[in-house]
Amino acid sequence: MTSSHLLSITTFVYGFAAVMYVFSWIFKKSMPGKTAVVVTFAAVFGNLAGIGLRWTESYKMGIGHAPLSNLYESLIFFALVIAILHLFIHFKYKLRMIDVVASPIPFLVMAYASLNVNNAIEPLMPALQSNWLIAHVMTCFIGYSAFAIAFGISVMFLVKSSTDGGKPGITGRIPDLATLDDLTHRMVTFGFLFLSIGIITGSVWANQAWGRYWGWDPKETWSLITWLIYATLLHARMMRGWQGKRIAWLSCIGFMAVIFTYFGVNLLPGLHSYQ
Amino acid sequence: MTKASDSHKPANRLWNFFASVKLSVAILLSIAVTSIIGTVVPQNGAPEAYVEKYGKFLYNFFNTLDILDLYHSWWFQGLLFLLIINIVVCSINRLSSTWKIIFPKKPIFNMNQFKKSANREEWTQSHTVEEAKNLYVPYISKRFSFSRVDETDAGFKIFAEKGRWTRLGVYVVHFSILCLLTGSLIGSFFGFDGYVNIPVGKSADHVTLKNKGVNHPLGFAIRCDDFKLRFYDTGMPKEFRSTLTIIKNNKIIKQKDIIVNDPLRYDGVNMFQASYGKMPADRFTVILADVRSGIKYKKGGAIRRPIELPDKSGYLIFEQYRQNFRFNGRNIGEVLIGGLIPKTGEQKHIIIPLDSPGFDRMRNGRFVISVSNFGFKYYTGLQVTRDPGVPLVYAGFLLMIIGCYITFFMFHQKVCVELTSKGGKTGGKTQITVSGISGKSKTSMKTIVKRLARNLKRIQSV
Ligand code: HEM
Repeated sequence: MTSSHLLSITTFVYGFAAVMYVFSWIFKKSMPGKTAVVVTFAAVFGNLAGIGLRWTESYKMGIGHAPLSNLYESLIFFALVIAILHLFIHFKYKLRMIDVVASPIPFLVMAYASLNVNNAIEPLMPALQSNWLIAHVMTCFIGYSAFAIAFGISVMFLVKSSTDGGKPGITGRIPDLATLDDLTHRMVTFGFLFLSIGIITGSVWANQAWGRYWGWDPKETWSLITWLIYATLLHARMMRGWQGKRIAWLSCIGFMAVIFTYFGVNLLPGLHSYQ
Repeated sequence: MTKASDSHKPANRLWNFFASVKLSVAILLSIAVTSIIGTVVPQNGAPEAYVEKYGKFLYNFFNTLDILDLYHSWWFQGLLFLLIINIVVCSINRLSSTWKIIFPKKPIFNMNQFKKSANREEWTQSHTVEEAKNLYVPYISKRFSFSRVDETDAGFKIFAEKGRWTRLGVYVVHFSILCLLTGSLIGSFFGFDGYVNIPVGKSADHVTLKNKGVNHPLGFAIRCDDFKLRFYDTGMPKEFRSTLTIIKNNKIIKQKDIIVNDPLRYDGVNMFQASYGKMPADRFTVILADVRSGIKYKKGGAIRRPIELPDKSGYLIFEQYRQNFRFNGRNIGEVLIGGLIPKTGEQKHIIIPLDSPGFDRMRNGRFVISVSNFGFKYYTGLQVTRDPGVPLVYAGFLLMIIGCYITFFMFHQKVCVELTSKGGKTGGKTQITVSGISGKSKTSMKTIVKRLARNLKRIQSV
């Protein structure tokens, strides 16, 4: 079996788990939810194995390198980290609603990667032949994953706070606002640490390859913009009147910046356009 | 530092303005928003290109606002400067008022806070309060940096805390920003960023500065001994490798092969593999085909060396080589450009493409000129930089990571274990209440209190 087969199967396993989580949530049954956790573990395992297989395949082709060098590979890694983070939150907080927003993300990311992105294993161009590549891509994507989950939770927050809180309908099953706010903050701090490390390893790498640690190229600048938005969020929490809804909005805006840093920057000219 | 009573004084008002988090939110957002402009409008381009893209009016408008070199504009640098002031003033302000809290002579435990805390565990066990105290105190004092036992009417209270110093984490983060900004300032004042192209076999002792376009002497010479290109089977470049030698006072100081991601460093100057190119080799063959007689004359040629035409009818000279030449809007690839200087009559401009030998027929001259055996040699393109600010910037990087870790994942925690006797001080059971407070993380504190309670229960059973 090739890595792309394995990863395609994994995509469906993620999808299956997401459907079961939603089922379990809507019908308030615990059984499908428990199975979904097992299924998620299977998907994570498949995802991990797929990445490992791809790694060995690249060595068999004589162009061996860690599978973190192009859009496809980064998306696959992104899905893996989100799923692991989701499992971690699942066991730590035991909130069914979080499963419902977090579990579809790896599925969507993987589906997008398999349908729309070139998945050929390609040799590394000279600028990418560096161990900093691995550290840089991994830390950035751990950060992005945390921000993605924070985004999901913030959307939940906004939905719940815009409808009347305590109703028994769908929104009634969303955890209370304080919990959501706290979770958003945790995810953002986790993401902020890793985005910081990601930007830093990128800078050190740029200094190694091009002799400058910061050059204001669009991708660098957009990662800084993202970082500044989240820094704003962390500080805005200390201002009176800036709790809850506004923080949730900032978290959404921050995630838009993440998406733009990831995809949108390729529309602008710059050094990073290969990613 | 500032008391409420004198906050109306202008100096204090200014101080409070600079100390506010509101201002920092405003600055951080302003930097973020203005940075976006610089990614949408290309930076440091040629004026003509801007005029073509945006029109004269917008170009002048952008120019006035420094938008075409935004990140170095006075107002963007001003925002960064404001950020520095904001951080410094804010830190002084807070540290001066919280220093005593962070480093008290004796930690204070306020029982009311513990009473209010939702993080509590309670149970009863069969030891006396005295026994319970003797069991728990060693355990707690080992796990917390400070602990104290107070005697109460009905038993004991054991107070303990740790991680008080982690309150300094945010100051580490903020200090790291100062390191980064100062380091980059040092770099821009005392460093340089230039480039130089060195043909294989030649050397260079100065570079061209990127932003100013002027020459900058290095104090030593870089010789390029060799340049090699390697490709993957797909045709994608795999490696650019230059063999460089550093020469100072006619002595070889250092020798190294550099590739992308592995520069040569000498005397605080870094040499990076940035680009490469082809240059015409010294010699080539010029073929002159006489249109009337059909005779082909072959002559040795070199750039800027006149070639005598047959029958002493004049001279041909090649001035320069170009890699991608556009002729009537079409790219005709590599060309030699030069002039034909006949004995009598007008001088003529000629363009000879290397790939199409018949091209010169168009000119309708006596000779159709073409060039063959055109050899190349490589030149290596080096980026040469010096940045004395880098150590400070890297220190800032490290401090930021450490500071963020401390701030986000460590916190000051205080616990109180209350031992209350049920049925006299010496006899009967003891009710145990564990409660905890923390400046920040309420949820984590809950886990800590739970774990402490679990471990304490385990001790008794041993
Ligand atoms: C790029 C610049 C900055 C970064 C990266 C940064 C980072 C941080 C971080 C990570 C925290 C901890 C937040 C939390 O606990 O959730 C923090 C707290 C704080 N920051 Fe900043 N900061 C920056 C600029 C500033 C500025 C300019 C001020 C000026 C007023 C400021 C004032 C504060 C204050 C007052 C706190 C709260 C400290 C406390 O909890 O006692 N920060 N900052």
